[in-house]
Amino acid sequence: MDTPKAPLLEVENLQVHFETDDGLVKAVDGISYSVERGQTFGIVGESGSGKSVSSLTVMGLTRSRNARISGSVRFDGKDLLGASEEDMRQVRGNDIAMIFQDPLSSLHPFYKVGKQIAEAVRSHRDVSKAQAWDRAVEMLGLVGIPEPRRRADSYPHEFSGGMRQRAMIAMALANDPKLLIADEPTTALDVTVQAQILELIEHLQDEFDTAVVVITHDLGVVAEMADDIAVMYAGRIVEKADTNTIFAAPEHPYTWGLLSSIPRLDSPRDEDLVPIAGRPPSLITLPSGCSFHPRCPYVREAHKRIDPKLEPVPGHPDHEVACLLPPETRRRLWAELQRGVKPDAARQGVMREEEAA
Amino acid sequence: MTAPASESSAGGAPPRETLIEVRDLYKHFPIHAGFFRRQVGAVKAVDGISFDVRNGETLGLVGESGCGKSTTARLLLRLLDPTSGSITFDGQEIATIKGDRLKRLRSQMQMIFQDPYSSLNPRKTVGSIIADPFVIHGVKQTKAERKQAVQALMDTVGLNPEHYNRYPHEFSGGQRQRIGVARALALKPKVIVADEPVSALDVSIQAQVLNLLRELQRDLGLTLIFIAHDLSVVRHMCDRVAVMYLGRIVELATSDELYSHPRMPYTGALMSAVPVADPRLAAAKKRQTLSGDVPSPSNPPSGCRFHTRCWKAQEICRTDDPPLEPKDGGNLAACHFPLTDAEVLERVPSARNLAD
Repeated sequence: MDTPKAPLLEVENLQVHFETDDGLVKAVDGISYSVERGQTFGIVGESGSGKSVSSLTVMGLTRSRNARISGSVRFDGKDLLGASEEDMRQVRGNDIAMIFQDPLSSLHPFYKVGKQIAEAVRSHRDVSKAQAWDRAVEMLGLVGIPEPRRRADSYPHEFSGGMRQRAMIAMALANDPKLLIADEPTTALDVTVQAQILELIEHLQDEFDTAVVVITHDLGVVAEMADDIAVMYAGRIVEKADTNTIFAAPEHPYTWGLLSSIPRLDSPRDEDLVPIAGRPPSLITLPSGCSFHPRCPYVREAHKRIDPKLEPVPGHPDHEVACLLPPETRRRLWAELQRGVKPDAARQGVMREEEAA
Repeated sequence: MTAPASESSAGGAPPRETLIEVRDLYKHFPIHAGFFRRQVGAVKAVDGISFDVRNGETLGLVGESGCGKSTTARLLLRLLDPTSGSITFDGQEIATIKGDRLKRLRSQMQMIFQDPYSSLNPRKTVGSIIADPFVIHGVKQTKAERKQAVQALMDTVGLNPEHYNRYPHEFSGGQRQRIGVARALALKPKVIVADEPVSALDVSIQAQVLNLLRELQRDLGLTLIFIAHDLSVVRHMCDRVAVMYLGRIVELATSDELYSHPRMPYTGALMSAVPVADPRLAAAKKRQTLSGDVPSPSNPPSGCRFHTRCWKAQEICRTDDPPLEPKDGGNLAACHFPLTDAEVLERVPSARNLAD
């Protein structure tokens, strides 16, 4: 049993439900994935798909009284869901670090940036204040803040947006974490700064062999960063594969919808975008059957009753999809869509063929 | 979808008439300090720009935050008073008009805001939000007339007219943005300024709103000024694009020209920074990252303002301010050392497919 080393992070059948006055919110409804050392795993989804809640749960940050959490999260052989709050505090910021979307609200406005990073170091390492400060300066330099010794003495409001995000990354990486969770790390930033930050994360990852989970709604960001991608919809993973497969041969209609609703720099300019009709469902009253069925252009009567499971695509064990359409039909539909056929026309074409058969 | 609606603007070949003409426009926000609140400097938000907006086109304004694109839009709408310079709209000077004339002008130009949550009054029904322009400008005097007009507008933007009496919180982000669009269309304006209209929306909803804006523009012959930081969205929407940096226009070209051969190194860097949703193209790209941040607009660098971050900068860039002039391929660019085609292809792989 020594050949395949256990993955660094293993999430199995994770469910996170919240009891609210309006009803049970099924924020995450049974997802499984694993991340290897040094690997980048992308989680893509729209707001309310459960992508953030799932990673906050890994960090033990959703343990409120109304939360119902089940499943298992194993990190480096340790069970995190059952760990005590005391143990979690040892893991958080040390073995697993997180970068949040909004750097201004994640840095304390009253304390100097250097002090905040030094505090992160001192809470996990037995070092003197001066050593922790030096570490903070070193980290600020590493993430490309000019004159780090002077800037460590500044307050967050004296930093620009990109610098704040760098400071957060410096704080997250100060204790050499094994896993970095980046929740929309570049959403609030300009493209030029975004490119700097993505480059920085990649660079630091190469250097320290950190595993990264990047959570985003931006397909461009995961295309550039991730090795593997999970697409989430309404609390579930609907498709999971390596990055090339997700973009070249996606199998789920929701993934198709996402890909065709973003304008691309290299597509013909006058082509209309193909949006996904409707909007994401409420997580309290999920649609019956496949939860994507009300928005799916290829829905059949049976899909409204049967709940699809995430299963491997025949012949591709690493490519999993939760869709009730037969694999041949999916492949034909995707081929049609790639030729520029609109979803409705593609559906009619393929349906007619099936009736004839 | 494109063929039937394009008889009036076929191919974009015949030059359209100029609707708005901007010349040497400046907007400096004073900085006051000290006991007597004396002026000690100015934030040069817009620092001498000139451009035309043609009738029926979509003009894009792009640039990093703080480059002055939103200020420019607000100056055009006269929501801000320019420090100096001239803006003519339909042949009429509007940079200094006041009172009734300004009010009449405003009915010709409307705005769609970025945040669909804070730009709608939560205490008013959707019907009365959309009817506000009618009340303010005294058109559609009776209630029945207004209701009918509002419901027609809701239908145009794809909202259910029966939801007339609902409140904004009952709508999703995309639907709220449609309410904003309906309100902007109410007075049948000639120009609509859309300031980051989709950046607060989810990906699948973005496309719905972008398609709506394009359709409306085709059907109603609107002139659209489209501000966004997302370069792929801008390319999709706009006929011409102006790239701004530190209060100046540094490149101005048609979308096809700009995206297949950017000339200003700044434009090239912006495009190179856009993440490509295609792993193979992404791998082929030599990402050009700009170092550092945008310099402060209260104290812009001498010469070419971009020289502090430009990889092609030489001595002349530090001393001489380059004029906005035609370069290879037809782009107007303000640069001493414009990018060559080879340099573009290396950094912007998407340009490869557009080159021919």
